[in-house]
Amino acid sequence: MSDFHRFDVIVVGAGGAGLMAARYAAQHPGVSVAVISKLYPTRSHTGAAQGGVGAALGNVSEDHPEWHAFDTVKGGDYLTDQDVAEVFAYEVIEAVYELEHMGLPFSRLPNGKIAQRKFGGHTRDHGKAAVERACYAADRTGHMILQTLYQQSIKQDVRFFNEFHVLDLIIEGGACRGVVAYELATGTLHTFLAKAVIIATGGNGRMFKVTSNAHALTGDLISIAFQRGIPIEDPEFYQFHPTGLYKLGVLLTEGARGEGGILRNALGERFMERYAPTIKDLAPRDLVSRAMYLEIREGRGAGPNKDYIHLDLTHLDPQVIEERLPDITEFARIYLGVDPVKELVPIQPTAHYAMGGIPTTIDTNVILDGNNTVLPGLYAAGEVACVSLHGANRLGTNSLGDLLVFGRRAGRNAAAFAAQAEFGTLPKDVKDRAREMIDRVMNGPRKERVSQLRGELQSSMMDNASVFRTHETLSAQVAKIAELEQRYRDVGVEDKGKVYNTELIEALELGFLLDNAKLLVHAALNRTESRGAHSREDYKERDDVNWLKHTLVHKDEGGIRIDYKPVTLGRYEPKPRVY
Amino acid sequence: MRITVRIKRFDPEVDKKPRWEEHELDVDPNERVLDVLHMIKWERSGSLAFRRSCAHGICGSDAMLINGQNRLACKVLVKDLGDRITVEPLPGLPVLKDLIVDMEPFFDSYRSVLPYFINDDPPPATERLQSPEERERFDETTKCILCAACTTSCPVFWTNGRYVGPAAIVNAHRFIFDSRDQAAAERLAILNGVNGLWRCRTAYNCTEACPRGIPVTQAIEEVKRELLYRRA
Repeated sequence: MSDFHRFDVIVVGAGGAGLMAARYAAQHPGVSVAVISKLYPTRSHTGAAQGGVGAALGNVSEDHPEWHAFDTVKGGDYLTDQDVAEVFAYEVIEAVYELEHMGLPFSRLPNGKIAQRKFGGHTRDHGKAAVERACYAADRTGHMILQTLYQQSIKQDVRFFNEFHVLDLIIEGGACRGVVAYELATGTLHTFLAKAVIIATGGNGRMFKVTSNAHALTGDLISIAFQRGIPIEDPEFYQFHPTGLYKLGVLLTEGARGEGGILRNALGERFMERYAPTIKDLAPRDLVSRAMYLEIREGRGAGPNKDYIHLDLTHLDPQVIEERLPDITEFARIYLGVDPVKELVPIQPTAHYAMGGIPTTIDTNVILDGNNTVLPGLYAAGEVACVSLHGANRLGTNSLGDLLVFGRRAGRNAAAFAAQAEFGTLPKDVKDRAREMIDRVMNGPRKERVSQLRGELQSSMMDNASVFRTHETLSAQVAKIAELEQRYRDVGVEDKGKVYNTELIEALELGFLLDNAKLLVHAALNRTESRGAHSREDYKERDDVNWLKHTLVHKDEGGIRIDYKPVTLGRYEPKPRVY
Repeated sequence: MRITVRIKRFDPEVDKKPRWEEHELDVDPNERVLDVLHMIKWERSGSLAFRRSCAHGICGSDAMLINGQNRLACKVLVKDLGDRITVEPLPGLPVLKDLIVDMEPFFDSYRSVLPYFINDDPPPATERLQSPEERERFDETTKCILCAACTTSCPVFWTNGRYVGPAAIVNAHRFIFDSRDQAAAERLAILNGVNGLWRCRTAYNCTEACPRGIPVTQAIEEVKRELLYRRA
């Protein structure tokens, strides 16, 4: 295979957003499309999404996109850009029907329509009660989306470069001109010239010790974009999902509570009644995770170390559990030896989703500043992007909705742009930076071990920058990351080979993770208020006067520079958030 | 507990043929085999190569031969294997390095059965209707994660690498029995070919290997029956 490739549109990442983007880009006549992924197809973490995709179809009870938009804005603690939430709530309905037309096997109601169930923070008529909005396929909705989109890409004969790890974005003359990628099977560096690049590489949850995220989710493109001069928006807003399997972090869907599951402390109390009297266990994730931490802190945690909470499904009809929640039931049985039909399941909050990311316009164009200055030829969608639909806290199911709606927009817009653009010229030294990155690790002194540094990063992020934060813990974490960055210079590898050098890849991924953690911690230290998932114990209140604005973290000569972008407000006035 | 792990290793840049590497280590019996492989890679043998991503049995990356059975390394715990664990790459596919095999022949077979929804009627404004019973008809085969555990456990596949294999048939089944799909006849014609489903000898290895609990052999039999009765 030649190491030079030319496509009109390059999609980086083959999860839901990437495959959606590829599908719609490929529909543009005459536009060539390729997908590059560091994984094999269908290994992407969209496949781990369980509970459903929220869309106001109204199949079970009355619902309206306007209600969905409101819930999204309120769930985001008013940091959500309201124009984005409105477009989203309408387009996600179209997107769900399109998926069904692509053959996605949704669960069904007796009348043959797509089945829907309740989910956290999704309500009828602006908070009156929980509403059935999550369209689901048992508890493997993400698996079905990923499979269906991959099937469609086979049907459309989309070109894939599997197990190619993107290590650099080519930005030249003020525009994005392609990417440089490392081929795992051969150790070759490839250049991909493109008119438009779509970044759709997902999250960065592996910076935390307990996470629902796959090993692959190391925020590579966040780091690369940042190093190439693109600011990162709102990285301090990181979601902890309330129901991760104790110690392992494996996700148990919120759909379990949507079906009637209850959270209980060591005393057996349904403690969410105290924190969210109206919707109780179906409050948004930031509230529930905080409530769990508080219960544990006040001595009401379960287990010998009083450090977990129970998810109680034992009162549900066993048939409902087996039919609608089969996978999570199996996870509890296999990994904890607990049968949810008869026993309480030990759970703890698990690092789950980055609300922030690469900033984009509502049309998915990557932007460079608070004035929405577009970087031509570069697009982003899905978890890696920040459009900002989720604001300070994402509602359950809106990740799948996000990747469908904005993946589709990215594919269409990038293809339309590419169709009228010319290929740019490449700089001569196009691979230098990626090669330096590799050489540094390959020739490193091996005085430090990658797994040791990564473990220290993950533990310290959990202790200092997770559900609750203070000036003290965040400052400690800034120092810790600086120390780890220093020590990272001394890593190296035993494997000097070119074929599937996964040791090299892990070392590079640690470098990317360190950047992601640094961005999060600096932005969290800077934001002296509590909003959504960002909860400061030394600044407990939301402060709309000073902080109703998005963070933009830029790379600067001295390290990091923070400035801001206004929130797009709309019909919903910021109000105190009660459920 | 103290365990002995034997791993079949092969580095094409160094080794002429595979070699065995043995490690003794102390582990929590509740650890996954994947955790054990990580301990070895992170603390002892940095060059050990294997695929993995989600680590909880959903992505399908880490199927391998563990104590003689194809399984996902992230879905089998040490306590269920005992104190001697042997790990080898999936059988029947070319080994690229250590536990990494060439998946392309497997995906070629998968792609050959038209594994995508086909219905050329203009879609309605909302969803196509499907009853819960119609949906249930193909529920099991929608669970496939394309890990290749089934196909590479099949003795027919071992002797004839061109046999389409259980995973491809499972994915054909998923569409053949979907009431909304219109291309069952085309898929059946493909599976009726010389390397199609009649090669199946109902060894049941595939059913035993499937980490998703799909009744693979039953699905293959259902497709066989469909082929017979449709033609009759």
